[in-house]
Amino acid sequence: MSPPKTLLDKVWDAHSVCELDSGQTQLFIGLHLIHEVTSPQAFAMLREMGVPVRFPSRTFATVDHIVPTDSRRRPLADALAEEMLVALERNCAEHDVRLFDLESGQQGIVHVIGPELGLTQPGMTIACGDSHTSTHGAFGAVAFGIGTSQVRDVLATQCLAMGRPQVRRIEVTGKLASGVYAKDVILAIIRHLGVKGGVGYAYEYAGSVIEAMSVEERLTVCNMSIEGGARCGYVNPDDTVLEYLRGREYCPSGVAWDRAVEWWRSLPSDPGASYADRVEIDGQRLAPSVTWGINPGQSVAVDERLPLLTSVNDEDRPSLAEAFDFMEFQPGEPLLGTPIDVAFIGSCTNGRISDLREAARVAQTGQVATGIKALVVPGSKSVAREAEEEGLPEVFRAAGFEWRDAGCSMCLAMNPDKLSGRQLCASSSNRNFKGRQGSPTGRTLLMSPAMVAAAALRGAVADVREIL
Amino acid sequence: MSGEPVERVEGPACVVRGHDIDTDRILPARFLRRVSFEGLEEHAFADDRVHAKGNHPFDDDRFLSAEILVVGHNFGSGSSREHAPQALMRRGFRAFVGGSFAEIFAGNCVALGLVCVTLSDADLARVMEAVELDPEHRVVIDLHARSVTSRAGSVDLEIHEGHRQQLVSGTWHATAVLLQAGNAIEATAARLPYVTDFAE
Repeated sequence: MSPPKTLLDKVWDAHSVCELDSGQTQLFIGLHLIHEVTSPQAFAMLREMGVPVRFPSRTFATVDHIVPTDSRRRPLADALAEEMLVALERNCAEHDVRLFDLESGQQGIVHVIGPELGLTQPGMTIACGDSHTSTHGAFGAVAFGIGTSQVRDVLATQCLAMGRPQVRRIEVTGKLASGVYAKDVILAIIRHLGVKGGVGYAYEYAGSVIEAMSVEERLTVCNMSIEGGARCGYVNPDDTVLEYLRGREYCPSGVAWDRAVEWWRSLPSDPGASYADRVEIDGQRLAPSVTWGINPGQSVAVDERLPLLTSVNDEDRPSLAEAFDFMEFQPGEPLLGTPIDVAFIGSCTNGRISDLREAARVAQTGQVATGIKALVVPGSKSVAREAEEEGLPEVFRAAGFEWRDAGCSMCLAMNPDKLSGRQLCASSSNRNFKGRQGSPTGRTLLMSPAMVAAAALRGAVADVREIL
Repeated sequence: MSGEPVERVEGPACVVRGHDIDTDRILPARFLRRVSFEGLEEHAFADDRVHAKGNHPFDDDRFLSAEILVVGHNFGSGSSREHAPQALMRRGFRAFVGGSFAEIFAGNCVALGLVCVTLSDADLARVMEAVELDPEHRVVIDLHARSVTSRAGSVDLEIHEGHRQQLVSGTWHATAVLLQAGNAIEATAARLPYVTDFAE
């Protein structure tokens, strides 16, 4: 009998073409996703080398980062955005790559549409020129972000030269309290392990809290692995995953489905598999989290005071001081009740139907506070359709939220949705970096979609547990 | 379509202090609205430079010819945008010396033939001081001797061994190397149940 292995090792070994002289693995990539921002230069490099796309049927494209969420009329008002979209259309047509374009009805954020179309499946290796590719690990895939030169490598060879990561098992035990969401779990993990704690690791999320999560909740957790420094994060596939996949467009059916299930069931890490590290987090004690600083590791429970400068060692103090300076917060003050200017619900972290339902549940209890701009941006056209069938846009609009079209929107503000000046935004996205939401001095507080909705109603950071 | 061996980088250096400097700061997202990497060098650290009101190292004439960038911990975190190392490369940087690097950033660098090496905190502090005191002094990164030599003397460097091999052997342009596997790529694909649509 072979020794017990982790899912990471099983998937890695199955996709290994050969060991390279550098000591790295030549890893076959089963699913390659591309979008308009990081692919045009890769296609240009390919053209320059005179190399064709090796497996055109294993690459899928969509447009998400630059898409306006109000009017999608072509040509797009932003000439640069239009140029990027045209380049993607031309490259996909020329190389026979399937593109889910604006008119397809299947367009959306790349990490939202992969799962919902059934493209993302257990046991795959998945790469995309986007750091949040870790999202797809929710299915038990090994999925990671790459740069544009590596997009070129995948287009040309369907392979990457990669070093095998170590695996850290993170067990979240117990049961989450009401008002505590997947977003709070991953923010707590990143706070605990740090924003660079995951470098060199794949995170394997496990434990009763993770097992009880829906696929969409697991997508939220895996999505932010990279914010903890881990390029890849995954959950061992189980019945929850199989139920989600059944009947999806790109999933096998009939006899092929049965064979797929048999293979997928062989993938979870074996009992007794060895891990480079193990961490346990008590899920029972988690509260709604809010970031207060300039990286996703700088968070507190909503009812907790901000850290004191004396709470960290000399080495870390300048970073803490830099965050306070940028955010214009004071050490030791409470975050609860801090006035906000903008509320953003959406992104590849929290732009799925279950996120919108939770936010709508809060939104229907009141009205967006005076002077607050509140946006709801569904993660995909499919999410938007589902929300419309359930009447969610009406709920949001009645409460004073704007209901927009699908895209990345104000998560990184490459489209017209941006903060201005020093605005403070309660956001369900994934990064609170300086300037991330489009204004160089704009400020971001990351939290769950329900917490964003609560903040929109109060006009200030609020505790969603008081509303639910 | 192959890389030149990168065994040694020698040149003047520049220090950008601070930890967790993410790729949004190295190159803000609004500058990604383009289909080529050309001209990105103008926008490196665009917002940080405005915040610093002329006091950013990139606005200090003494460091204009720098080819080695000395940074803190977790440099290049966040977005996978290769635009960030492209912007720095196009500004003239060929190597990065730091406390630690984010994984995707380091991978993007090696794919461009750029060097990322790390030092102990104590050594890094000494190198930073030395560079700031004497910007014209040439720093040497030697990937065979695994050392960084500056006015602070010679100190040991660490580097991801796979990346070091790719750089010194000139195989950092991975496409050429990966293509050498030939039909072994198709053979691997054919063994994967999902590639063959779970056929028997």
